[in-house]
Amino acid sequence: MTPADPAIAAIFPLPRLDPDSDHWVRTLSGTGTEREEALAHLHELLLKIAKGETRRRGGQLRVSGPELDDLAYQAAADALLAILRKLGQFRGESRFTTWAYKFVIFEVSAKVGRHFWRNPAVPMDTEDWDRLADRFGPEPDREAERRDLAGAVRRAVDEHLTQRQRKVFVAIVLNGVPLDALAIELGSTRNAIYKTMFDARRKLRAALAANGYLDDETSRHS
Amino acid sequence: MNGWSALDDFLRTDPRDVGCAEAMELLHVYVDLVAADASAAERYPGIAAHLRACGPCGEDFAGLLAAVRGSAE
Repeated sequence: MTPADPAIAAIFPLPRLDPDSDHWVRTLSGTGTEREEALAHLHELLLKIAKGETRRRGGQLRVSGPELDDLAYQAAADALLAILRKLGQFRGESRFTTWAYKFVIFEVSAKVGRHFWRNPAVPMDTEDWDRLADRFGPEPDREAERRDLAGAVRRAVDEHLTQRQRKVFVAIVLNGVPLDALAIELGSTRNAIYKTMFDARRKLRAALAANGYLDDETSRHS
Repeated sequence: MNGWSALDDFLRTDPRDVGCAEAMELLHVYVDLVAADASAAERYPGIAAHLRACGPCGEDFAGLLAAVRGSAE
């Protein structure tokens, strides 16, 4: 593979490609029959991965059969286009196939996120605080403890989160909206929504610890 | 504190967490290290911390690792 800027490559040499990755890059960058065969082989591999991944995530999709197959075919086709567009960015830091499979996994992931809004189980802005106890709290027969937990978290949300943080917290935690689906709905990105949720979690934990509900530790490494 | 431990686990944040963008940028590198059993979490603790906390990125990681392991069989 030829680096875009030889001066930069001289300072930061790229890892040497393993023979299999080198073959992929060379044939896909080439012309004629060899390239056509490489494209067909890569598409075949991507389709196999896409089918496996859609099956693996089938529970999140609530679809099956031909619709699931269609999603896999679309993901493989979109991934192939993205790989060819970004072939020059492959740096040999991993095997070529691992790098390429990442594209098809991301395509399936994005399509699953979009699929959620075809049949959402709960409106995004509904605030049913009983769901908090269902998700995190004690068993249903310990009603007082469940009310205590939901009440303490709700007060912390009211007092410490921004409007945006509250919206994201309610959608994800109370209403079970997948993070990717929420990012699409809000015209945002997974990274931005995660950061909003990260800050909200940190603030809520600090507030609950200050009020004696949780241990007073700032973090725990696992 | 009974009944609060699941909430506590969910609210805890790891300052090493690199976020989705950086974790996904290097996911292929990380997955190859995991597949090779090459101390991925020690080399990239910020990515490991993120994958533990972020459901969607954790799913992408699991999918890519399954793809790599499946294609090697």
